[in-house]
Amino acid sequence: MLKILIEPLQYEFMQRSLIIAIIVGIICAVVGSYLMVQRLALLGDAISHSVLPGLAIAFILDINIFIGAFVAGLISTLCINIIRNNSKIKEDAAMGIVFSAFFALGITLITVVQKENKIDLNHFLFGNILGVSLSDVKDTIIIAIFVLLIVFLFYKELLFYTFDKLGAKSVGLPVNLLDTGLMILIGLTIVASLKAVGVILVLSLLITPACTAYLLVNRLHEVMILGVFFGVISSISGMYLSYYFNLPSGPAIVLVATLLFIFSFLFSPNHGLITGFLKLKYNQIKS
Amino acid sequence: MGNLNSLAVENLSVSYRQVEALRNVSFQVLPHRVTGIIGPNGAGKSTMMKAMLGLIPYQFGSILLDNQPLIKQKSRIAYVPQRSQIDWTYPATVWDVVMMGRVKKTGWLLPFSKMSRLTVKKALEKVQMSDFCHRPIGELSGGQQQRVFLARSLAQSADIFFFDEPFAGVDQKTETIIFNIFRELAQEGKIVLVVNHDLGESINNFDNLILVNKNLIASGTKEEVLQEENLYNAYSGKVSFFSQNQKLIA
Ligand SMILES: Nc1ncnc2c1ncn2[C@@H]1O[C@H](COP(=O)(O)OP(=O)(O)OP(=O)(O)O)[C@@H](O)[C@H]1O
Ligand SMILES: [Mg+2]
Repeated sequence: MLKILIEPLQYEFMQRSLIIAIIVGIICAVVGSYLMVQRLALLGDAISHSVLPGLAIAFILDINIFIGAFVAGLISTLCINIIRNNSKIKEDAAMGIVFSAFFALGITLITVVQKENKIDLNHFLFGNILGVSLSDVKDTIIIAIFVLLIVFLFYKELLFYTFDKLGAKSVGLPVNLLDTGLMILIGLTIVASLKAVGVILVLSLLITPACTAYLLVNRLHEVMILGVFFGVISSISGMYLSYYFNLPSGPAIVLVATLLFIFSFLFSPNHGLITGFLKLKYNQIKS
Repeated sequence: MGNLNSLAVENLSVSYRQVEALRNVSFQVLPHRVTGIIGPNGAGKSTMMKAMLGLIPYQFGSILLDNQPLIKQKSRIAYVPQRSQIDWTYPATVWDVVMMGRVKKTGWLLPFSKMSRLTVKKALEKVQMSDFCHRPIGELSGGQQQRVFLARSLAQSADIFFFDEPFAGVDQKTETIIFNIFRELAQEGKIVLVVNHDLGESINNFDNLILVNKNLIASGTKEEVLQEENLYNAYSGKVSFFSQNQKLIA
């Protein structure tokens, strides 16, 4: 058993990718908790699809792809807000328009340049965790420290703001700043996760572990901590599955995360489908 | 905190894009009194409160507390939004929510002090919710949820209290608890402003009333405001309302 766990670690690329996978599991669960409680899952999806043209342009211009992706994500949220605030189109429709447009632009750009540059569209879409470099690891660690520090330092303000925006505004909290800050955290987290799972599946890492935890505990920080636990378990098991069964790492991680969610959904002590059914039966027999 | 003089709203006009919600409304709110804002659905009661608090922009008007703009004195304000505006499935306990009342007073980067915890404990005792302190907010009755928000506003140690429909869907017990606390706050010299669209018996618990329906219909003591003519103007002829109320105040 131990041998199974240790064997892949003799390869440096496996060490690197495991580190990335674990970090991504942590920050996605924390930031994803904010997405979940604000019902912004769709926004997470929108931003992650929107970073694609940024990746492509950064690649063409040979600048850091983290920066390219982040800028594209920022521009897309800006576009969504412009449409929403200046017309009667609702937020979800605005997201739909913007993110599909950005996604289409990204795919077009990558297809045009991929032949001569020997890059693979699939790596952008589904991640290429086995191809991470040491500098990728460094960038990811810096982003993670920044994200976690912000959440830790502004926890009480963000809790108030995400629970009751009007209440927070009425006491004079800078709600626009908090909102922008959250968007930046979401953007950074998505960008940091691209190598591991790619633009299409990152939503799963953001939302699924947080939801799994939400069915089990009742306070935001508990959701985050338990979510981190589930996220990290998913990342590690996904990586090993990918190593031994030659599966793409992103989908493997996502499938493990989903499995954990299904368990929580069925067996959560308070909200589980099967636990609820068993309780009902038990009470019927007793009375 | 210092003695309050009064809250003065002058010529307040609010529009949402094309919809005009309030037109040129002026009135005064005095401390030592529980003041109700009444009017039919869509009259602009919530809008008025939000505009006064600086939560939505207004086209014209001024809102002064002790001759200074109210929005410059946010630390003196406690606001309880309409219950329907809150997501009650949010992962938070009663304690977490009441603690939010101490966020601004605590300040950036600092943890809650012992004093704050004590303040929150006392607020929970006052609304008789101490036993529910660890309960998730989604597992409370409507009346209990409303009391949690009342506790949060008490924990803010404010001078001026805004409540938007605190009695919507609450039980008799909660209504009594809430009115008793309003009375205490008024006796301490606070300004207490309550939106209430119900014109039932509970209206007797207010000292002063502000009657709106896009325009200001009347403001003053409840005897002055609950005149047949005023009610007719506000509710445009729903006779049952005022004949009932005439009896109540008689
Ligand atoms: N966000 C908004 N956008 C556009 N119009 C709005 C908005 N909010 C309120 N209105 C309109 O402004 C008017 C006043 O609404 P408001 O919510 O202030 O009424 P209210 O007196 O609080 O009613 P209720 O008793 O139903 O709570 C209504 O005509 C309403 O349709
Ligand atoms: Mg209202």
